[in-house]
Amino acid sequence: MAQQTFWGYRRANGAVGSRNYVAILPVDDLSNAAVEGVAHLAPGTLPLPHPYGRLQFGEDLDLHFRTLIGTGQNANIAAVVVIGIEPNWTNRVVQGIAETGKPVRGFSIEGQGDTATIASAVRQARDYLYYASELRREEVPIADAIFSTKCGESDTTSGLGSNPAVGVAVDWLVDQGATVIFGETTEITGAEHIIAGRCRNDAVRARYLAMHENYQQLVRSQGVDLLGSQPTQGNIAGGLSTIEEKALGNIQKTGTSPIVDALAPAAAPTQKGLNFMDSSSAAAEFITLMGAAGSVFHFFTTGQGNIVGNPVVPVLKTTANPRTAQLMAEHIDVDISGLLSLEMTLAQAGQALVDMMVRNLNGRLTATEVLGHKEFVLTKLYRSS
Amino acid sequence: MAHGLLIHADRDQVGVAVRDLKPGETVTGVYQLSLQETRITVRDAVPLGHKVALRELQTGDTVIEYGEVIGVATQPIAAGEHVHVHNIKSVRWG
Repeated sequence: MAQQTFWGYRRANGAVGSRNYVAILPVDDLSNAAVEGVAHLAPGTLPLPHPYGRLQFGEDLDLHFRTLIGTGQNANIAAVVVIGIEPNWTNRVVQGIAETGKPVRGFSIEGQGDTATIASAVRQARDYLYYASELRREEVPIADAIFSTKCGESDTTSGLGSNPAVGVAVDWLVDQGATVIFGETTEITGAEHIIAGRCRNDAVRARYLAMHENYQQLVRSQGVDLLGSQPTQGNIAGGLSTIEEKALGNIQKTGTSPIVDALAPAAAPTQKGLNFMDSSSAAAEFITLMGAAGSVFHFFTTGQGNIVGNPVVPVLKTTANPRTAQLMAEHIDVDISGLLSLEMTLAQAGQALVDMMVRNLNGRLTATEVLGHKEFVLTKLYRSS
Repeated sequence: MAHGLLIHADRDQVGVAVRDLKPGETVTGVYQLSLQETRITVRDAVPLGHKVALRELQTGDTVIEYGEVIGVATQPIAAGEHVHVHNIKSVRWG
C-alpha cells in the first residue's frame, strides 16, 4: 500500500500538525485579561483563556501543567506566548514547551501590571505571527500524526452507524502506522473486559484495569451508584437495554486494533497504534486532554447533535442519524445516515470519513472551526487548597 | 427503506429496528458486514432503535449483539419478539 500523506506542518521535533497557530497561553485564571489584551492587539493569534492554575496541588497540579505544556507542544501550534501572574510557574510552562524546539517566551505580571506585560508580550506575539506566516505546508506521512476520537449525545444510530464507521477509519489509520487515542473511562464501563482483552500485554492491561477501578472507587466514594442508573431512562426509551450494550456501542469506534498503551490524562503517547487514555467523557474536557496529548485531528460521532469544538484540534463531526444530519447540517462534516438506509456500507462510510479527514488535514476548515467553537476546558481532579 | 432490521455481527441473536415495526410484519434483516439477509416475522410493536430476537432464546441464555454478550434472558423469548428490559438483564449488575 502506498503511504498516505497530507499537506501539514513539520515541527522542529518531527511532530506534524494540520494547523499553524500562534497561541497566547495563560498559566492561571488571573492572566486571562492580559492574554485577551495581547490577542486583541495581535489579531491572528489564538488566545486560550481558562479558569484554573492557582493553589492547585499534587496530582491535580501535575495534570494542570501537563495539559498546558502539552497544549503548547501540540504540532498545530507554531509558537507560544505564555503569560502568568508570577515567573516560577510561567517558566515551568515555557521550559516544557521549549522541549519541542518551537519558539516560546514567557511573561509575568507581578511587579509591572497588565499593561506593561501586554506591551511586551504583544511585540513578541507579532514577531511570532511573522515567523508562523512564512512556514509552509509540506507533504508528510499520516503515520507521523496523532488522532483522537470520542462520541457524544449518542443514540442508537451511534452504535449502528457512526461509531462502527469511525472504527473503520481508526483501523485504517492504525494500518497506516498512525497514532490514535480513545478514552472515556466512564462510558466504557460494561465493556471494560473487552478493552482489557484487546490490551497488547499484561502490563498495559493492568494499567487500564487500574484506571477503570479507580473511577469505580471514586463513584462509590461519593455515595452514589452510577452503575445502577445505567443505562439511563433516556437510553432505555431509545432501545438500549443493558450497560453492556451501551458500552459496546461506544467502543465500536475504536475498531479492532490491539491497544498498545494506557495513558494518564493528557499524557503524550509514546507508542504508535491505538492508545487508551484515562479521561472524562465530557466532550470539551476530553478533546482538550487529547490536544494536550498531541492530537492534531479529532473524529467526533454524534446521534442527537453534540456541537463541541476545540481551539487547537480540528474536530470532524459525523452522524448516522438522518434527522440530525438534516436539522443540524451546519454542524455535520460528513453525513453517513445512508448507513441506516443501506445506501452506504460501513466500508464506504469509513472511506468518506478518511477522505474528509485528509481534506481537513490539508487545511479545509471543519464545521466547528467555521462556527467558531473553541471549547478549551481543563480537567480538574479536586478542589484547590 | 425495504429492510426493517440491521444486524451488527454475524453471530448476533438480535437485530436493531431502523424504523418502527408493526406486529405481524415480516421484515428483512441485513447483516452490516456481510450484507447477507434474513427474514423474520415481528411479533410485537418495535420502535426504531429497539431490538428484535432473531431466534428463540431460553431463560438464562446469553444474548449476543456486536458479537458480544449484552445480557441474559430472564424469560423465554420467541424469534421475532421485542427484546428489551422486560425480558433481558445485565450480566454485570442487577
